[in-house]
Amino acid sequence: MAFMTDRKRATGMGSAKEGTHHHWNMTISSIALLILVPVFVFSIGPMIGEPHDAVVAYFARPFPAIVSALTIVIGFLHFKNGVQVLIEDYVHGTARKLLIVLMICVSYGAMATGLFAIAKLAL
Amino acid sequence: MPDVNRGNRPLSPHLQIYRPQLTSMTSILTRITGNALLLGSLLIVWWLLAAASSPAYFEFVDNILTCWIGKLIMLGSIWAIWYHLLAGLRHLYWDTGRGLEIEVAEKLGWAVIIGSVLATIITIVIV
Repeated sequence: MAFMTDRKRATGMGSAKEGTHHHWNMTISSIALLILVPVFVFSIGPMIGEPHDAVVAYFARPFPAIVSALTIVIGFLHFKNGVQVLIEDYVHGTARKLLIVLMICVSYGAMATGLFAIAKLAL
Repeated sequence: MPDVNRGNRPLSPHLQIYRPQLTSMTSILTRITGNALLLGSLLIVWWLLAAASSPAYFEFVDNILTCWIGKLIMLGSIWAIWYHLLAGLRHLYWDTGRGLEIEVAEKLGWAVIIGSVLATIITIVIV
């Protein structure tokens, strides 16, 4: 114990120097969603509950397909980064790492599924 | 770190000590709404996948989204998305270093609560 110095205790315990990047990513995606979400809600929202052929015809148009694709990709990127902070605050140890990995899988999985569906409907 | 005093240090007051305040409640709600939106988002993605699959499968998923429990989730998601959007806007404003005084922050909190309810009503009427 006599060999411990204040310097030695502090070395390696600092920031990983990437926290600002996470915050900047959240800022950028939030500004994108500020525009995309209202457009998505008011254009795609009314289609829920519509018959199948109407929905298929709707997503064959460029505007709904592009807006939905952008909203789903950026929305799930924003969720991936946001839920990571939630997990880091309340879950510890190995469970924390596993849960973050699981949520990254869910986010990219949902993104890919949504893009596949939109591409199939649009083309 | 054997010579560091652990477990016997003074702790700063936390949730158990503080009285709930408008600022803390609106902050916690931002987190809850943002993460709860996963459910509604996954339902929408499922609905899109069903639309791309077949008319029969689409009807199955569409029935789930339009039954009372599906409608309840959609209604909750609409309020959650407006709340989270307005609260996010408040964060972007705070990030510029403005609006951090207690009175201003509380006014913004009320604006977020009232604004999200109004936006939800407008959405129900229009959509």
